[in-house]
Amino acid sequence: MSTLVAEQLLNGVQLGVMLFLLAAGLTLVFGIMGVINLAHGSLYMIGAFAAAAAARATGSWGLALLAGLAAAGVVGMAIELLVLRRLYARDHLDQVLATFGLILFFNQGIVMLFGRQPLFMQVPPWLGGSVEILPGVPYPAYRLLIIAVGLAVAVGLYLLIQHTRIGMLVRAGATHREMVRALGVDIRLLYTLVFGLGALLAGLAGLMAGPVYNVSVGMGEQILILTFVVVVIGGIGSIRGALFGALLVGITDTLLRGFVPGLLRSALPPDQADALGASLSSMGVYLLMAVVLLVKPRGLFPAHA
Amino acid sequence: MAEPLLRAEGLVKRFGGLTATDDLSLDVRTGELHALIGPNGAGKTTLIGQLTGEIRPDAGRILLLGQDVTPLSAARRARMGLARSFQIVQLLDDDTALANVALAVQAHQGHSFRFWRRAATDASLTTRASALLEEVGFDLARSGRRAGDLSHGERKVLELAMALASEPRLLLLDEPMAGLGPSESLRMTETLRRLKGRIPMLLVEHDMDAVFALADRITVLVYGRAIATGSAEEIRADPAVRDAYLAEEHG
Amino acid sequence: MPERGWTYRGVLALLLALAAALPFAAQALDSPASIGIATQMACFAIAAASLNLILGHGGLVSFGHAAYFGLGGYAVGILWEHFRLGEPIFGLIPGSNELLVTLPTAMLVSGLAAAAIGALSLRTSGVQFIMITLAFAQMVFFLFVGLKQYGGDDGLSVRRHNLVPGLDLRDPAQLYWLCLGILAVWLFLLHRIIGSRFGRVLEGVRQNERRMAALGVSTYPYKLVAFVISGVGCGIAGALMANYLRYVSPEMMSWQRSGDIMVMVILGGMGTMLGPVLGAVALVGLEYTLGGLTEHWPFFLGPILLLVVLFLRGGLMGLFGVRRGSG
Repeated sequence: MSTLVAEQLLNGVQLGVMLFLLAAGLTLVFGIMGVINLAHGSLYMIGAFAAAAAARATGSWGLALLAGLAAAGVVGMAIELLVLRRLYARDHLDQVLATFGLILFFNQGIVMLFGRQPLFMQVPPWLGGSVEILPGVPYPAYRLLIIAVGLAVAVGLYLLIQHTRIGMLVRAGATHREMVRALGVDIRLLYTLVFGLGALLAGLAGLMAGPVYNVSVGMGEQILILTFVVVVIGGIGSIRGALFGALLVGITDTLLRGFVPGLLRSALPPDQADALGASLSSMGVYLLMAVVLLVKPRGLFPAHA
Repeated sequence: MAEPLLRAEGLVKRFGGLTATDDLSLDVRTGELHALIGPNGAGKTTLIGQLTGEIRPDAGRILLLGQDVTPLSAARRARMGLARSFQIVQLLDDDTALANVALAVQAHQGHSFRFWRRAATDASLTTRASALLEEVGFDLARSGRRAGDLSHGERKVLELAMALASEPRLLLLDEPMAGLGPSESLRMTETLRRLKGRIPMLLVEHDMDAVFALADRITVLVYGRAIATGSAEEIRADPAVRDAYLAEEHG
Repeated sequence: MPERGWTYRGVLALLLALAAALPFAAQALDSPASIGIATQMACFAIAAASLNLILGHGGLVSFGHAAYFGLGGYAVGILWEHFRLGEPIFGLIPGSNELLVTLPTAMLVSGLAAAAIGALSLRTSGVQFIMITLAFAQMVFFLFVGLKQYGGDDGLSVRRHNLVPGLDLRDPAQLYWLCLGILAVWLFLLHRIIGSRFGRVLEGVRQNERRMAALGVSTYPYKLVAFVISGVGCGIAGALMANYLRYVSPEMMSWQRSGDIMVMVILGGMGTMLGPVLGAVALVGLEYTLGGLTEHWPFFLGPILLLVVLFLRGGLMGLFGVRRGSG
């Protein structure tokens, strides 16, 4: 039992860091530019499809990595340049609608390119094994890698924002847009860079997700909505909140999915128990969000008090 | 002595390292017009925010009509009789001037959970709204204009009419003259003089001519502290005020 | 104001008469399918008009109104299922196939859900409110995906139309007239609400909450009541849609559906009475037209929406010179 708990906990952390990669970009873009971008999930999907297609075509993992990052980055910058740039001064409603239109476009575009069947992506053979994390508890090396990458990104973002000139501008730009502009900084370039960074992180999450989950149309929105829960729980605009919220949501979701159906099976027929268990555990993170909202309407780590 | 209408005791508000309000005490008595002056950055806006309920102080308390209102929301304080105007005019810009005032009248008449009758043709709202506009000297011929299309001076006056709609116990005016031309300023001063005595006021204002013409008492705010309170003559003569305030204004 | 004039009322009456005559035109043109399309348009128009109450007049951007639409549909579906099986719900509430029972139930259920979700969501504002309403709708969606006894993912068939005294809903024209009639009544009710004191407060919420607080108005209860009214409206729309489709599924409450309803409001013109109706007609019409041309219609619909947002401010009603506050 404790083996299972340890494994599920790690699975939770793994989902958590994936959510963090998305939430960090979403919350940065919102915090700095005041833009809500529903198509953030599309970048995740595009990263996953590009990587899966490159891996299938070339068999090279390095190329898959490059393809995933490049596709998400390029599409992200294009979205910023062509669409979002016109929407910075508009209200959230316009941003939501425009990026909703983008989702329809990208999802159907992927269907036209790859069809409706999910793509499968293998774990690279040299990562196919397991690591014994505790005596007698093996854990897939690939998932450990995801966790390591996610945590490394968290540390990297922290250093970037706290200790570099770009980070300083990012922090200042969030609250004093005019002042940053007055300092002679090209704020448009800054925006494009930040947006590109967010897109790369989403693409990174997508390409890493390939071997763990299905690469399929709609994968972006599934995780996007969970990412919203993360951002709301963590506090909008806060990277620290994004990390904390992501881990909390990832672990809660995974543990509920792992254990609720089992608990229900003692009371219900198996198929009903599994279905109800799945839906109850899907609801769990939303209930968590409701509780957080009751206690702290602005999230656990509100960015600007 | 009778309990003052509004009393602030030992208010403290810090933003990070900056102390915007520093152990400040202040009162507004029945029937008086109390002016609050101070150089830019003295913390007037922060103080107004705390008095109206938009900003929560870190320490101290605020009594309105003898009741501790420190934890109460802005809306609750407004319902107790604290009406206000804003430094940057706050109106419903898509609605007509008349509809703006009618909404203020409506808010004063109790709850608005009435779903059927048309508010725009409700005489109990529009008659009173017109009367209020007339009282503050708003050109009634222009009451059908969108508030967003009115001149700055008209918007300031309109906001005053909205504040009066609630028959306030205390009126808090945040720079009513700001941005007005000389003639508009004079007219606003006249309007306030007419209201004076009938409605107690706390007036935050940069226009010294208006302040010295209207105020019964003046409090000078510098770096979040009240450095002096007294009549116009006392304030004029106060050396600390001269040092801290006039030096900046003219130096 | 032009909307008070007799001309305006005349135009409305003419539009309603034209809409009511549609089944005859469909028959004459030998295009019975268009009655069904028009029925869907009417259902979505009810939902969009309801969302417009809080979105267009209250400035509350709810991205989760499909939840109430779906709950309204499921009220019809679940009541039918228990009627068919002859088993009361929880052993207490008997099933029903009478619209006079199922429609009020749909309104009650969606209203209660909107009250619960609204009470929590309205503690936030701005972009958080958008995210939270979306997330709660997703929660409801997952709940129904998991309810296997009501079909789960696959949804639930409603074998026969609900019964209404004096009407036969098996006749597409009669079902359409019912939907159109309810749409007209609902629009009139919303019109009264928007013009009332309550509507004025809601308008204040949209334009300037700070001003409302300074007037002594605590806005939360007003926002919540408006949220519930709009949820009830979506419930009505869902119940009628379930009667048209004779089928309900979690897809009715998916996030895309929420997006669609929102798009209808914006496309038609926020804060106008006929805007959401026009938006529903346009979007459903567009989907059918594009859908007839290519299976990849969302690929084209997406950029169209984008262009509407970027360049067509004020929506389709704006093209007719009708904007917020003028009709």
